[in-house]
Amino acid sequence: MSLDLTTSLYVFMLAGFIGFEVIRRVSPLLHTPLMSLTNALDAIAIVGAIVLAGAHRSTLTTVLATVAVVAAMSNVVGGFLITDRMLKMFKSSKPKKP
Amino acid sequence: MSTPPLTELIIQISYLIATALFILALKWLSSPTTARRGVWAGELGMFLAIGGTLLNHEIVEYKWIVIALVLGSIIGVPLGLVHMTAVPQRTALSHAFGAFCVTLVGTAEFYLRSPHIPAFMMAVLSMEVILGSLTFTGSLMAAGKLQEVLPQRPITYKGQNLVNLTLLAVAVGIAVYLVVHPDHKQLFPFMIGIPLVFGVMMIVPIGGADMPTVISLLNSYAGLSAAAMGFVLDSKLLIIAGALDGSSGFILSVIMSKAMNRSFTNVLFGAFGQVQPAAAGAQEARTVRSATAEEAAGILAAASTVVIVPGYGMAVAQAQHKVRELYDALTKRGVDVKFGIHPVAGRMPGHMNVLLAEADVPYDKLLDMEAVNPEFPQTDVALIIGANDVTNPAARTDRSSPIYGMPILDVDKAKTVMVIKRSMNPGFAGIDNPLYYDQKTLMLFGDAKGFVGEIVRELGHGGHA
Repeated sequence: MSLDLTTSLYVFMLAGFIGFEVIRRVSPLLHTPLMSLTNALDAIAIVGAIVLAGAHRSTLTTVLATVAVVAAMSNVVGGFLITDRMLKMFKSSKPKKP
Repeated sequence: MSTPPLTELIIQISYLIATALFILALKWLSSPTTARRGVWAGELGMFLAIGGTLLNHEIVEYKWIVIALVLGSIIGVPLGLVHMTAVPQRTALSHAFGAFCVTLVGTAEFYLRSPHIPAFMMAVLSMEVILGSLTFTGSLMAAGKLQEVLPQRPITYKGQNLVNLTLLAVAVGIAVYLVVHPDHKQLFPFMIGIPLVFGVMMIVPIGGADMPTVISLLNSYAGLSAAAMGFVLDSKLLIIAGALDGSSGFILSVIMSKAMNRSFTNVLFGAFGQVQPAAAGAQEARTVRSATAEEAAGILAAASTVVIVPGYGMAVAQAQHKVRELYDALTKRGVDVKFGIHPVAGRMPGHMNVLLAEADVPYDKLLDMEAVNPEFPQTDVALIIGANDVTNPAARTDRSSPIYGMPILDVDKAKTVMVIKRSMNPGFAGIDNPLYYDQKTLMLFGDAKGFVGEIVRELGHGGHA
């Protein structure tokens, strides 16, 4: 196993722990927006698809990657849009900010 | 082909900042007061990451990228503007899109690199496409069931788990073979095709009430497949975003499975949704007390504390706006109204909160199970709208009940219980609810939206205080 892959495994493990600790603190109130936000963030896979779509290695990879960019971009736009729409609706009964 | 050092530095810094912003985005989601800041952080991070990527010197042609970005945005906008009641199916659909993207990139990478793929690389690539393709069809199936274009009823047959596990085992077997012999390109389509079938089979036995768990699980799979893609492309940004999404889905799955008293292994293997035995036929005819909207309005107006328990029935009847009117009418009369929300109420985690927030119910009145249960003994009226199993006291007391052990909302500890229900038919799981025969329970027979509307009208007349 190369050094790069080992580093990647450490990164994965640490990110998993951070994710666990951060997300554990998300209020159950916001579990739906949490899911749509992580979905939008997960669409970061678009960065891999973009490079592949533009690198022009073969027709097959260009086609596959272009479709992949479409799928991921619709998640980016749709995911952030709906998360923001949802969060805008959450209002407190207490007037203004405490 | 290689990127000049300065551009490379800019790209890496943009990725680094994006990673930090993604973690902050989730951190800010911990409270409704900071949550919108979280979305902005996520958006900025995404903008930086995409911007940085476009500088990559491997890119020789921008035409397809631009077309794809525009097309994706055009598809994304309507998906971001769906009605709040359609959020569960939209979420399932976006899991499918995410997994689709990951699978396509994995496929492209395989054909680019084969036959020279190191074993570890091939292992993560296999994981990427297996998880990606089963999440793709699984999520499409889930979305179809939620949208009700597919039958919502669970479809089960003998040996289902055996068939499913065999499919998965074959796919993993192919993956192992390809790790050893990455030059056998002809096997690769099977490593995608079989999980595609498995994804469908996995969701076939799932009924509507299990959807919150399933959606969370698919969320986790989508995240893990993206993380695997990060390993393949050696992108730390992708690994971290995938790990965050994976752990988010994992935590939600655990919360949901606990709330349904299912073991986590049970969930992991997709072996849930087994047909519950129909309620024992031996029950004697028991009497229920019912009440009219006028009587219900009178009792509610005379109460000082009311807890409303909404369930999926409220969403189906689109009754959330009428419920808000009821909340307003009662609050105006000085009644303290709160909402008690079970983790698995609705079709996805947090579903009820979003619907009630949309109807302008203040979020500090929406209490989760741990917060609301101690309040029931001091509650005058518990009003149940479209919820059933999550209020069934048999889960606490009746060892023979299929839902025994499931944490429930202790509505039976309130002084009076009112249940809005269409008829005495048992709920989705076919389990009888002894709550309905309790002395202090009043059944309000009717459509949730119509009945709540009538109560509000009666309260408006003002003569019942």
